[in-house]
Amino acid sequence: MTAFIAVFGRDLRLALRHGGDTGLVLGFFVLAVVLFPLGVGPEPGVLQRIGAGIVWVAALLAALLSLDRLFQADYQDGGLDLLALSDLSLELTVVAKCAAHWTASGLPLTVISPVLAFAVDLEPEAIPVLMLSLLIGTPALSLLGSVGAALSLGARRQGALLSLLILPLYIPPLVFGAGAVETSLTGSGAHAHLLILGALSLISVALCPWASAAALRQALE
Amino acid sequence: MINWLANPARFTRFSATVLPWCARATFAVLAAGLYLALVRAPPDYQQGESVRIMYIHVPAAWMALSVYLFVAVTSAIALVWRHPLAEIAAAAAAPVGAAFTLVCLTTGSLWGRPMWGAWWVWDARLTSVLVLFFLYLGYIALVNGFDEPSRGAKAGAVLALVGVVNLPIIKFSVDWWNTLHQPASVIRLGRPTIDISMLVALLVMAAGFLLLFVTLLMVRMRTALNDRKAMALRLNAAPARARVATADRGGAVQPAIR
Repeated sequence: MTAFIAVFGRDLRLALRHGGDTGLVLGFFVLAVVLFPLGVGPEPGVLQRIGAGIVWVAALLAALLSLDRLFQADYQDGGLDLLALSDLSLELTVVAKCAAHWTASGLPLTVISPVLAFAVDLEPEAIPVLMLSLLIGTPALSLLGSVGAALSLGARRQGALLSLLILPLYIPPLVFGAGAVETSLTGSGAHAHLLILGALSLISVALCPWASAAALRQALE
Repeated sequence: MINWLANPARFTRFSATVLPWCARATFAVLAAGLYLALVRAPPDYQQGESVRIMYIHVPAAWMALSVYLFVAVTSAIALVWRHPLAEIAAAAAAPVGAAFTLVCLTTGSLWGRPMWGAWWVWDARLTSVLVLFFLYLGYIALVNGFDEPSRGAKAGAVLALVGVVNLPIIKFSVDWWNTLHQPASVIRLGRPTIDISMLVALLVMAAGFLLLFVTLLMVRMRTALNDRKAMALRLNAAPARARVATADRGGAVQPAIR
């Protein structure tokens, strides 16, 4: 347990110390969302229809941006070898790192999303559902992203490869997360979508560490 | 059988004998299937003659899913038992599967335009097959994305197993969601709901596509094995060639490779 907390704390401190990381993610998130109203035009109603989707897609892309720092730095300076040799199993190490990644990127995204809801003209009643959907769904994004980051360690074009690998896997959280906000606005209630989103996150916690650890072991061979 | 073929040299000899027959069988079965599908099978009572796209679209879809399952199973065999040919088989099958998926999506789109009035809709079946196509592309990019081929093959094996969760989603998408794509008519509980005159042509076309996959797989595996042999020969010849080159230049013999 102490080892788990140690890894989590180390990764969190590193992410916050290079304060640029969290700031970069948030800055990208805000910019990406702001581009859509500028591109789509000022006509009322258009933006409202697609607002939740825009916020969710921007959250996906922002999560993708910060994924390469998950394993890359440790892989390059040898820290990953030490973590693999330590008492803490590689699967739990992955969970600790993903938890730190989520705290430094997914959680700030969730907190800042109400501000962006105004940028995309989303109805105020939908904001709590948007925040809840992001809160439930972003852990899945961090965990699925860790699988892609582990698989593409040491590849020639790691950034582009990571996006190609991860975005298909991100489609279910996107569909159910944005869908939750849609259904809450149309009145049929967001419960089903949020429950499935929660299921996706739980499945990710259960299965992704095994896939990521297997990929890390291959990278360290 | 799988263990008997594990020796690459034996596989090369085996496939050298079997491949021509596979190719001839593919040609024959596809020719028979196309005749049955385009000439003998009846037109649909609602769709008329455009139902004949089904005889390409459905077997391509079946193959797209089966080939992904094949890639996943061979990847599991490669990871667990370290079978020497399993990685080669998976990497060889993936582009063929991606091509089948593309054929399925394209023929489906061409069929959807007259039938549904739309080239594309974002219903569950079409979206999940598109995700399958992206998974294939991601797998191919990952396997080819490393300087060291064995690292790419192993990483691809893990990705193939992660993506296998999409297969039940595709199969049951028409049951779990309200989709525009029609529900299952052949592979379902209870008897197929498609008429026997159409089912025969469909099954013959499916057999032809399966033989096509086996033929292409064998060709690609043989090519991959030849690639490996060529690379090994090149690497072994490099020190000798470099020594010859430095000797020719009349200078002192130096270490050939720095």
